[in-house]
Amino acid sequence: MNYFPEEVLEHVFDFLTSHRDRNAVSLVCKSWYSVERFSREKVFIGNCYAVNPERLIARFPRVRSLTLKGKPHFADFNLVPHDWGGYVYPWIEAMAKSGINLEELRLKRMVVSDESLELLAKSFPNFKSLVLVSCEGFTTDGLAAIASNCRFLRELDLQENEVDDRKGQWLSCFPDTCTSLVSLNFACLKGEVNVAALERLVARCRNLRSLRLNHAVPLDALQKILVQAPQLNDLGTGSFLHDPDSEAYCKLKNAIKKCKSIRSLSGFLDVNTRCLPAVYPICTNLTSLNLSYAPGIYSSELIKLICHCKKLERLWILDTIGDKGLGVVASTCKELQELRVFPSDLYDGVGNAAVTEEGLVAISAGCPKLNSLLYFCQQMTNAALITVAKNCPNFIRFRLCTLDPTIPDAVTNQPLDEGFGAIVQSCKGLKRLSVSGLLTDQVFLYIGMYAEQLEMLSIAFAGDSDKGMLYVLNGCKKLKKLEIRDSPFGNVALLADVGKYETMRSLWMSSCEVTYGACKTLAEKMPRLNVEIINEGEQIEASPDDRHRVEKMYLYRTLVGPRRDAPEFVWTL
Amino acid sequence: MSPEKGNDLPESEYSGCLKTELTLGLPGGLETPKSGSKRGFSETVDLRLGSSCEDEVSVSTPPPSKAQVVGWPPVRSYRKNMMKNCKYVKVAVDGAPYLRKVDLEIYTSYQELLAALEEMFTCLTICNVVNERKIMDTSNGTEYVPTYEDRDGDWMLVGDVPWKMFVESCKRMRLMKSSEAVGLGPKASSKGLSIS
Repeated sequence: MNYFPEEVLEHVFDFLTSHRDRNAVSLVCKSWYSVERFSREKVFIGNCYAVNPERLIARFPRVRSLTLKGKPHFADFNLVPHDWGGYVYPWIEAMAKSGINLEELRLKRMVVSDESLELLAKSFPNFKSLVLVSCEGFTTDGLAAIASNCRFLRELDLQENEVDDRKGQWLSCFPDTCTSLVSLNFACLKGEVNVAALERLVARCRNLRSLRLNHAVPLDALQKILVQAPQLNDLGTGSFLHDPDSEAYCKLKNAIKKCKSIRSLSGFLDVNTRCLPAVYPICTNLTSLNLSYAPGIYSSELIKLICHCKKLERLWILDTIGDKGLGVVASTCKELQELRVFPSDLYDGVGNAAVTEEGLVAISAGCPKLNSLLYFCQQMTNAALITVAKNCPNFIRFRLCTLDPTIPDAVTNQPLDEGFGAIVQSCKGLKRLSVSGLLTDQVFLYIGMYAEQLEMLSIAFAGDSDKGMLYVLNGCKKLKKLEIRDSPFGNVALLADVGKYETMRSLWMSSCEVTYGACKTLAEKMPRLNVEIINEGEQIEASPDDRHRVEKMYLYRTLVGPRRDAPEFVWTL
Repeated sequence: MSPEKGNDLPESEYSGCLKTELTLGLPGGLETPKSGSKRGFSETVDLRLGSSCEDEVSVSTPPPSKAQVVGWPPVRSYRKNMMKNCKYVKVAVDGAPYLRKVDLEIYTSYQELLAALEEMFTCLTICNVVNERKIMDTSNGTEYVPTYEDRDGDWMLVGDVPWKMFVESCKRMRLMKSSEAVGLGPKASSKGLSIS
């Protein structure tokens, strides 16, 4: 291959779309590294603090699409203080200054200010796609800047962000000349939108394939929109409330029938269940259904709807569906690959709307293609997990969350070690695992022994001693992310194999048994790790005692040393 | 789940082979959890709750409600905030052309709720006749009975179940004219009756 001209190499590399493949290829030799770096257009950075904008631009000057992830995963559950970091501004600023031809920006758990969005909108004339997941820091003013300035915008996808509503008319900021939208998702916005502007926008964007509305878009507006866009593949309804005897509802039914391309459905943020039959005609072709934000749909109505969805591959739902409902899913949805069952009752209720191990076993028996699971349940048993492991050996993602984090096997009162052990032993391709319930070191022995492909592991309130964590660190060769909370793992485990952490993206440990002294030792030994201690509240002593337990520690490999934007309460050792 | 259920599963089907395989681990075999060394969930909850709840929680009592442990269950705040809104229920009054919405979360008893309804629909007053809660439109003497639709779609009399259970299961309310509220009773007897 040494004698091939660079253009040929480049052409061959064009076929490599996965960043992992490209990373591998660039390690072969200097000339491959060089060809690869000039031809790479899509860059994925799993931890924004592992590198910096300057290095990105220096190595990949032709980057057109950037994916960045910021805060650690546990930030989703309020375990990371608000101003920890993860700002996108420096990245946008650096790329703007260097004349990067940015077309796509995908951010997860980052802080995005309105200034960032304005700079983004004005700096990159070919900008096409903005995807923000679980981000914060911006308002509808920032969205207005994007709408006004990005002349070729194809995708504006806002998923589960905390956005301040400024009562502006951001939707109206899309100029009349904007006809390029393919995907628009503003379901997470809390405020009103200009419905007339929305209808006009939809009417002129003939390539629109994906549209997800927020709760402020009423049903009659939905009807008018669908009439303009029968070519939609993906629809998120806003509010689905109306009088089912009205003319508007009747018109809606007819409009929906004409939308023969819809394969993905979500929304129903406010719903009158008597209006649901309007969507039955499109259920037969649905491959993806997300009703996890529709607490207003009772189990019986959910079941009626799901009975029509025989081609479903992905289902996100609330536990209001019950075990019985899951039984219906199991007998109807034979193509199911991904199931997420979320808890509906988060505010100290009676807890009668939960699912148990029964529902999960039924699903595993009925849906042999299942490979991805997120399951919040009232209780679980080892026997059930063992059966699930036998029925579904293809799990890639298995996340089980018992609502009581240390609940034992509901029948035998034993820890759930054997059940999870069966899962890791049977599912040889398992990449992501979250465990919960009463668990001893034994479960980690099994994980270390069998979970050879495991890349991400989440642990809470589990284990007895350092041995548990050691089993995992020693056994899981492909581990990239380990996050642990409220478990008795301490210094011995932390320091046993310091080199391991350079093979991983990050380690989070909170409310465990590690001390300052151990963290300092680790930081000293491993200069290419940032060991961050997050100190909230009272403890702002200049140098705490080495024997003091650390409340929150987050460490990650990095090429660029301690970050300069860390707030007061974050110490990089 | 009754403990007996475990006996229904044949031993050989699941535990036999697995046990043999999985004991190829470290010497010593299975260890029972040592509650002393483990930083258990209930201990953690003690730490988190602070002085106001010290009296209520001890290691031996069952874990307190889910809401009190930071970050558990692990659900994004965005999702939590979306689910909060479902405590709002619509209140309709037979004969009135408008609906009102009440947030059941802000009341702690039926009395408070009815008082709020009284304020909302100003032509009505509560009259407690013996053990029944009735609402009367004093201008024309029509009596209303507060009813609600529960999670299963059944219409029930307000007041039959403990307050918290009511808040949990109530989807919407309707102040029904007494004359129409025939046949409504405790859940057991109202199954199968539908209000058209």
